[in-house]
Amino acid sequence: MGITILFFSGLAVIAVWWLSTQRLTSKPWLEQGAAGEFPGTGVSSAPMAKVGLGVFLAAIGSLFALFISAYFMRMQLADWRPVPKPTLLWVNTGVLMLSSAALQLARARADQDDIAGVRTALLMAGGAALVFVSGQLYAWRQLSDAGYFLTSNPASSFFYLITALHGVHVLGGLVALGRNVARAWQGRNLARLSLGLDLCSLYWDFLLLIWLVLFGLLLLS
Amino acid sequence: MVDAVIGPEPVPPAEVAEVELYHPHSWITRYVFSQDAKVIAIQYSLTAMAIGLVALVLSWLMRWQLAFPGTLSFIDPSQYLQYITMHGMIMVVYLLTALFLGGFGNYLIPLMLGARDMAFPYLNMLSYWIYLLAVLVLVSSFFVPGGPTGAGWTLYPPQAILQGTPGYEMGIILMLTSLIIFIIGFTMGGLNYVVTVLQGRARGMTLMRMPLTVWGIFTATVLALLAFPALFVGAVMMLFDRVLGTSFFMPSLVSMGEQLQYGGGSPILFQHLFWFFGHPEVYIVALPAFGIVSDLISTHARRNIFGYRMMVWAIVAIGVLSFVVWAHHMYVSGMNPWFGFFFATTTLIIAIPTAIKVYNWVLTLWRGDIHLTIPMLFALAFIVTFVNGGLTGLFLGNVVVDVPLSDTMFVVAHFHMVMGVAPIFVIFGALYHWYPKVTGRMLNEGLGQLHFWITFLGAYAIFFPMHYLGLLGVPRRYHEMGSTSFVPESAQSLNVFITVAALIVGAVQLVFLFNLIWSLRYGRESGGNPWRATTLEWQTPETPPPHGNWGKELPVVYRWAYDYNVPGAKEDFLPQNRPPETSPA
Repeated sequence: MGITILFFSGLAVIAVWWLSTQRLTSKPWLEQGAAGEFPGTGVSSAPMAKVGLGVFLAAIGSLFALFISAYFMRMQLADWRPVPKPTLLWVNTGVLMLSSAALQLARARADQDDIAGVRTALLMAGGAALVFVSGQLYAWRQLSDAGYFLTSNPASSFFYLITALHGVHVLGGLVALGRNVARAWQGRNLARLSLGLDLCSLYWDFLLLIWLVLFGLLLLS
Repeated sequence: MVDAVIGPEPVPPAEVAEVELYHPHSWITRYVFSQDAKVIAIQYSLTAMAIGLVALVLSWLMRWQLAFPGTLSFIDPSQYLQYITMHGMIMVVYLLTALFLGGFGNYLIPLMLGARDMAFPYLNMLSYWIYLLAVLVLVSSFFVPGGPTGAGWTLYPPQAILQGTPGYEMGIILMLTSLIIFIIGFTMGGLNYVVTVLQGRARGMTLMRMPLTVWGIFTATVLALLAFPALFVGAVMMLFDRVLGTSFFMPSLVSMGEQLQYGGGSPILFQHLFWFFGHPEVYIVALPAFGIVSDLISTHARRNIFGYRMMVWAIVAIGVLSFVVWAHHMYVSGMNPWFGFFFATTTLIIAIPTAIKVYNWVLTLWRGDIHLTIPMLFALAFIVTFVNGGLTGLFLGNVVVDVPLSDTMFVVAHFHMVMGVAPIFVIFGALYHWYPKVTGRMLNEGLGQLHFWITFLGAYAIFFPMHYLGLLGVPRRYHEMGSTSFVPESAQSLNVFITVAALIVGAVQLVFLFNLIWSLRYGRESGGNPWRATTLEWQTPETPPPHGNWGKELPVVYRWAYDYNVPGAKEDFLPQNRPPETSPA
């Protein structure tokens, strides 16, 4: 459970830092008056959706941290046999990075009101993410062709399970991305589109980070 | 209500953008697929109470079997195990968690913070319907071949998914599926509760002005968002083991004379995952109860809560500590003695912030103007019951004391006192307290007194003797005791006594249900603020509050939530949105 405790400690540091800015030592029974007299203690100016995504990422982070903890604990048992790492995974990693980068590009284009550029970049990002998911599926195929099935040994069980879970999160992200593609084509509410791109890009970077950690984990074992 | 802005123009309160968009246009969108947090709260509460009734009936059947073994012929050992499992899981997850967070959280967070609605109303609606689906999947396991799972609510592998355990066929699969669905739905709701507290507060509602109810629900939701993934991971991996034949948790075994295909897995791994969720779960239930009871006591004793800051810090501290005590549920699973020492220490440390809270409740009552209303009675009952269950928790937190008591009725008595009866008292108190806001009418006082006294005394009649049975060595989860060398015959008459008490306490809950329905129509009209309380939910222009809660203008908060009997004030309470007498510059 070390990894999980580490992750939770990180969250605790963030929480304590935030709480420490909220005048938790004030004596509310002595203070009367409206907001504005206590700067920084109202709601933050960040968009609601962005805060929501942040909280969601903490929950997903907890999910993957726990999987990784389970992975380490199971790995120490006697029947663990490492699985081969298909070279394809390196390609997939590159494609996912490309997808993330394309979203950054889309954000930059949106800042310059270049709606055509946003559309191209969004399609690139979505296409790359789809290629990533198909690539992961193909990596499954390669493994099973090599005789490593879900139940063959715990390492391959974990490989299928964790890549599947990560893939599902990417697919979920694609739904959100699809809505932004629709917004980009309607081209009406650019402020909302810009927020949507921010959120997608944050989510993508997070999934990329998780994938890099998971991939590192696979390479280690 | 004065609504002038004093001082520099502050950040405008976050509220649901374009409120008009969410206004219901038809009966279906108003009452069924509603995005109004208050309607969702009622949906959550009714569903939770309905499934809770199922669990109540199961407890009757179990008690009947223990007192009069063999008289109900359909209760065989497997049935008994199935009742135990379903009773436990329903009560902990589908009733208590759903009612505190989905029910009270949805109703109270936006109202107490002066918001129009939750941050993401659509997601909030989805959360309820997914919860309902989880409940239906769970209930469906009563009707499949083999019946529901009988693995115990902890679902320990390998036995949970092996032939010979009741519900091995479909029950366990449905249980795990239902939990996974529940967690997905809860996460949607939980995001709402947290983000609404962070971003939905009215102007002037600083964190340190939030009622403790909101603090409790907020912290519990954070715990739940982080702890439920552990159950999710465990459930998914066990489902893989059961359905697809992986060996995450399954060691190699011989079952029914056959070598199974499993091999090498670790049952202890599941226990770590389960209790990493399971212990925070105790506080997911307890923290909202702590928060709500603080507000009940303060309001009904007409006194500001003693040590508000300490109360807030204690809630946060308990939340943090609850993540580093999980292995005290695993003392008998075998562990490095140093781990046992570590987890015993952290477990006992939790007693400090918890004791601070208890002292503060008692000191709030000290020289208060105590009104023995039904909510107050339940709040007082909570304090004694929680102290009671907490003290036996100190026994069980010590490794050497725990080992002989493990898996006896003593443990059953302990956790029922501390996380069954105590939080349920708070739920009852809270229902009596907020029912007038929800319906505009008071619950009947006489029926309430009857309900309270029988429930309170009855709960003690049930669970006090159970400690003693546990000390005698009566094991939990046994369908029938049989004769042993160490349990005297008289234990059986105690069992009969407990069962009679349990049947009476169960029956009086029907009086409560009747009261809920009867008062809807015939209850005394309450007006907007029958308890003369300070918090914002009582200051709404209309009762029950309509969609959007506040009419045109959002409230502005000028003071903390506990201005009762302020020296020099004309009335004995000052609502949070009452501006100061002399306007500060």
